[in-house]
Amino acid sequence: MDAVTLARMQFGANISFHILFPTITIALGWVLLYFKMAYARSGDSKWMDAYFFWVKIFALSFAMGVVSGITMSFQFGTNWPGYMERVGNIAGPLLAYEVLTAFFLEAVFLGIMLFGFSRVSNRVHTIATFLVAFGTTVSAFWIIALNSWMQTPTGFEMRDGVAHATDWFAIVFNPSMPYRLVHMLLASGLTVSFLIAGLSAFRWLRSDRSPGNRVALKTGVTLAAILIPVQIYAGDLHGLNTLEHQPAKVAAMEANWTTQSNVPLVLFAIPDQETRENKFEIAIPNGASLILKHDPDGIIPGLNDFVAADGTINHPPVAPVFFAFRIMVGVGLAMLAVSWFATWYLRNGQDLRPWLAWILVGMAFSGWIATLAGWYTTEIGRQPWLVTGVLTTTEAASDVAAGMIASTFIAYLVVYAGLIVAYIATLMYVSDKAAKQTPGAQSDKGYQPGFSSSPAE
Amino acid sequence: MGDLSDPTVWLPLVFAGLMGLSILIYVVLDGYDLGIGMLMIVAEDDEKDRMIASIGPFWDANETWLVLAVGLLLVAFPTAHGTILTALYLPVALMLIGLILRGVAFDFRAKVSPPRKPLWNFLFFLGSLIAALSQGFMLGMYVMGLDWTLAHVAFAALIACCLAAAYMTIGSTWLIYKMEDLLQKKAVTWAKRTLIFTAFGMGTISLATPLVSPRIFDKWFSFPEILALAPLPLGAGALFLGLVLILRKLPKDKDRHAWLPLFLTGNIFVLGFLGLAYSFYPYVVPDKLTIYEAAAAPESLTIILIGTLFVLPAILIYTAFAYYVFRGKATDLSYD
Ligand code: HDD
Ligand code: HEM
Ligand code: HEM
Repeated sequence: MDAVTLARMQFGANISFHILFPTITIALGWVLLYFKMAYARSGDSKWMDAYFFWVKIFALSFAMGVVSGITMSFQFGTNWPGYMERVGNIAGPLLAYEVLTAFFLEAVFLGIMLFGFSRVSNRVHTIATFLVAFGTTVSAFWIIALNSWMQTPTGFEMRDGVAHATDWFAIVFNPSMPYRLVHMLLASGLTVSFLIAGLSAFRWLRSDRSPGNRVALKTGVTLAAILIPVQIYAGDLHGLNTLEHQPAKVAAMEANWTTQSNVPLVLFAIPDQETRENKFEIAIPNGASLILKHDPDGIIPGLNDFVAADGTINHPPVAPVFFAFRIMVGVGLAMLAVSWFATWYLRNGQDLRPWLAWILVGMAFSGWIATLAGWYTTEIGRQPWLVTGVLTTTEAASDVAAGMIASTFIAYLVVYAGLIVAYIATLMYVSDKAAKQTPGAQSDKGYQPGFSSSPAE
Repeated sequence: MGDLSDPTVWLPLVFAGLMGLSILIYVVLDGYDLGIGMLMIVAEDDEKDRMIASIGPFWDANETWLVLAVGLLLVAFPTAHGTILTALYLPVALMLIGLILRGVAFDFRAKVSPPRKPLWNFLFFLGSLIAALSQGFMLGMYVMGLDWTLAHVAFAALIACCLAAAYMTIGSTWLIYKMEDLLQKKAVTWAKRTLIFTAFGMGTISLATPLVSPRIFDKWFSFPEILALAPLPLGAGALFLGLVLILRKLPKDKDRHAWLPLFLTGNIFVLGFLGLAYSFYPYVVPDKLTIYEAAAAPESLTIILIGTLFVLPAILIYTAFAYYVFRGKATDLSYD
């Protein structure tokens, strides 16, 4: 395998591992704040029970996010030196602002949030919780701004082959940025709500009937039910925006080879790039035209438009984009079904049923799958460009020997595989432990400040 | 140096200063928590919990200075970032794996079932050790001009051990400050034992740097510079001496002067850093690329600088606030 492919696989593996944890921490921070505020309003200790359980998961996820993020910040230099040379003037300030405005904020107040419960006043602790949640969101803002700029670059000019900023507002608020940010934040909210619902259902199955668990379950299910329609709508808008700016990506998502009207919505197919057609296609007539142009006669660009006269292919690999997109949308639809049904079922304080609990447990990590699938659609869909129209992926690669990349790649994979297993096992273990500690409906046990908040417990 | 009113002259200088500052802060701050990670191997089980409690609220913020340092290298000197990180590809990857292991072990050890805890304690130690050794190795390679020859690798390996020892020294002094009773006494012993390697390492680097680079030799050993520079080695010597003397007296009644070793060690790090900075200026890749050649476009640097001027004071203030909140002996922390 050549060095560029290896570098891409390594980068892809690292960022895929990293994004799992921000997806949790971004929204979980806000949920924790909500638990605290609900306790302040109602004085009911069940909210604090929920807080103290989920803050542990937050701490663990945060640690995973931080260490894999530190790896990411080195990977730009080790894997893509050409990237910084060419567009460093734009990527640099955005990354710097992320560190300055977000990372320090999160990191410092995280200490107070996790360990300061008995050392600072409740007000200060709530403020610290807020600042941590705010910091993770700000960090998402900057990195998404950069990623979106790479997809739809604006506000710069090229001088001697190097990008120079001309308009920072246009760079940050580039055409795809609002869509991508909203879609990502919602993805985080959904991932967290299904995780909360799933783990709470798991505790319920371990006969944990404590109010703290019940309230968490309810929060998770309700939040999911609220967010998913918004996400589907936002996704639709996002797709329309992509059609405008990156038509080749949409053509790959829909596996549409020729530019034409009345394009069907392909439900399933195996796109074959050699023969440039779909095998085993199952499709709804006019579907894609309807979704993308809101008109059955709408004309949709096809992949064949992106093949140069000499046969060079200037569109992304079709199959991965096509399948990744379908996985994301499929999970989204499953989320809609499950969360609405569960919300309806749990109305008026109804209790769970084992089969429903098992469904929720099965969906616990569905957010991860949809998020990864979404990012794969986005990132593979912009190939062969790294920065659309400015820099191709090959140009940015480093001349590190393939053997060196391969060996570090394997090392990362081993570490990550071990950590994912340990992470999920630990989530189950702490859930199980929590379930054992609160047998039956023992409700008003109150909480001991600082006791269960310490992750060293 | 050129005209200081020209932004292409002063901007790179300012950014080199900022980057140096964050490396220095990183080495001091993460130095103590990496050091404590390495000392775990010689501590008893209950001591481990207390040692970790003393760094719990801080380690994440400490590591953020590393992110800022590479971030500044990346944004201010993009070409140098690529050159340095590709030359140090393997030790960087090792360091990252070390940092990953220890960062998560920190949390896992507190949450997993009791029989698994020793494993995560060990990974915490191992990760800290790997990270410290690779950082020392990178320092050694950097001093040697980033050339991979056998002699340079051997030298870098030596520096790796010395930097690990230096981190253990500063880690021990943190424990002296944060611990009581038996653990505090142990920390004094640990500090004494590792100090000698720290001194040896600093001495070796100070001798080696001028010897490998005639340019650096001239910078140090010419008149009158040598007079202006004399305070650096002399000061470091005095600090070492002071440290040895105070360590022999500690712990004292009413815990007097428990903070002093930490303070002295921190300043040793500062002086060592200043010496290196003086040697290498204006190069960011030793003897190959100066900060002026490697700097990013002035308009991009300006926009970062404006942000930095606003945000850095805020960061310093709330970092100080966090240290204030967690002041005093670590046993007070609600850990069990
Ligand atoms: C949409 C969100 C998102 C995305 C796409 C990324 N990150 Fe991230 N990152 C976060 C959201 C985040 C976060 C929520 O802010 C984290 C996760 C957990 C945490 O501690 O902060 C974080 C942590 C984190 C850290 C550690 C910060 C610390 O010390 O506190 C670094 C250095 C990076 N990231 C760097 C990157 C780089 C270089 C990325 C792209 C290539 C990247 N992240 C993608
Ligand atoms: C966080 C979620 C993300 C995921 C899951 C993700 C996934 C991937 C994957 C799978 C690739 C390899 C694509 C290929 O080689 O075909 C890739 C490439 C890349 N991504 Fe991302 N990415 C994410 C976010 C980002 C962000 C936020 C940035 C930058 C700000 C970024 C920058 C890059 C770069 C520089 C490459 C390498 C060049 C390339 O192969 O295109 N990615 N990413
Ligand atoms: C079901 C309806 C959905 C639609 C129509 C939809 C649409 C899209 C589109 C068109 C993209 C690619 C945009 C581009 O690269 O230009 C995308 C990316 C993405 N999707 Fe979805 N999506 C849906 C559901 C979901 C769900 C349920 C999640 C996660 C919980 C999710 C997470 C993501 C993520 C993380 C990305 C990559 C980042 C981004 O571009 O925002 N999506 N989505």
